[in-house]
Amino acid sequence: MNTPAPSALSSPPPGICVSAVSLALGRVPVFEDFSFRAEAGRFTGILGPSGVGKTTLLRVVAGLAPAPGAAIGDEDGAPLSGRLAWMAQRDLLLPWLSVLDNVRLGARLRGEAAGTKARAHALLAAVGLAERAADLPDTLSGGQRQRVALARTLMEDRPVVLMDEPFSAVDPLTRLGLQDLAARVLAGRTVIFVTHDPLEALRLGHRVFVLNGSPATATEIPLPEGAWPRPADNPEVLAAQAAILRALAPAEAAR
Amino acid sequence: MIRRLVLLAATLAAWSLAWAASGRYDYILPPPWAVAAAFADNTALLAHHAGITLAEIVLGLVLGGGFGALAALGLALSRPAALWLWPLFVATQALPVFAIAPLLVLWLGYGVASKVAMAALIIFFPVASGFYDGLRRTDPELLDLAATMNAPRRAVLRHIRLPAALPGLASGLKVGAAVAPIGAVVGEWVGSGAGLGFLMLHANARMQVPLMFAALVLLAAAAVLLHAGVGLLLHRALPWAHDSLETSP
Repeated sequence: MNTPAPSALSSPPPGICVSAVSLALGRVPVFEDFSFRAEAGRFTGILGPSGVGKTTLLRVVAGLAPAPGAAIGDEDGAPLSGRLAWMAQRDLLLPWLSVLDNVRLGARLRGEAAGTKARAHALLAAVGLAERAADLPDTLSGGQRQRVALARTLMEDRPVVLMDEPFSAVDPLTRLGLQDLAARVLAGRTVIFVTHDPLEALRLGHRVFVLNGSPATATEIPLPEGAWPRPADNPEVLAAQAAILRALAPAEAAR
Repeated sequence: MIRRLVLLAATLAAWSLAWAASGRYDYILPPPWAVAAAFADNTALLAHHAGITLAEIVLGLVLGGGFGALAALGLALSRPAALWLWPLFVATQALPVFAIAPLLVLWLGYGVASKVAMAALIIFFPVASGFYDGLRRTDPELLDLAATMNAPRRAVLRHIRLPAALPGLASGLKVGAAVAPIGAVVGEWVGSGAGLGFLMLHANARMQVPLMFAALVLLAAAAVLLHAGVGLLLHRALPWAHDSLETSP
């Protein structure tokens, strides 16, 4: 009973504080003195119309996009580099590596791959792909590939996980399954996820923000009470989804 | 397979027809059976010269491929190298091989070395440009992922950029295998004492046209087999890249 799950976190998760982000794409202001916080150990969802800057915000937090003058770090202002894992919309599996070696990619890149096989196997088992460890990614379905990507993300054992529309490329049923899986294995981490899908935000978010306008502003939306992850067929969740769709519609129409 | 046999039969039939229609001058256009007879009468001679040409081509492929791959790696690793050397490579490619051949024979002699150099020179560019393109066009999202994994630059090159560029290198090698015989034969024409190009030149001068055709057929067969062999080898070596390596429809 005392052995921790392979996906268990080895260090306490930090909160994330982003402030003074000012960015423009050409002459269009995307962010102006934008501030944002994500609670430690919670799932924070970011919804919004396409082109509003959701992915840019996530890239800024990840340190992948420069944001001169911005302050990005944990509650104490310490940088997040080395403490975050990235999961993109595309699974980004390397076609020449086996599923197992794809899971161990980070360790291989840092030259720390020795002795990581057992943990990678355990994580593959946790995402239900124990049997496929030796296969090449080409032999997997889209949903299975994204589960491998999830295992790779967990393998990094980082307290912060940033996900950019992680499940938008799979069919709706697979997506629901992946959301449940992600909630189970990522619970306890500080997760920021960007999504187009109001239902996904409502199911996975402990808090959900809608990003809107140019420059963008974040508005928190109220969430239904109840157990997390929220079931997709809960009437309150469905009602909230309808409300979000109505709220997003004018913004989409204005584009 | 059947399609290829039909194609071969059609070619032979068209060839025979052309021979019959053009007045049956064996010393201008020998019919297929005359070429076959030339094959039978000169097996040892043809095998000897074909072996030399093939050796020149394979050596050229290895050298040109090796240097091409190294050059691409150098260009990808160093921006100044890319800025200064790439135009130079393109310029050497624009120079027709026929123009350099006499020089190479002058410098490297009538032996195998000058032909290997010709073949290597002609192979170098497709390999270098194919591999360099592959190295430059790594999926930026993969590089982002590697960055969040705090991967050192060298590790990204070794584990991501290099393998991702291998299909580019492979298609460069395939093109190289197809053009390599040109280099070897041009070298042999300009000055040599052996090889299929040499044999063809001499057979032509002595009006042994069927023998010349036999050498030509052998050369074509070698080129096709080499191309297919390299293709097969790469197919085996890069089982994950079959999509990008498909050749004929």
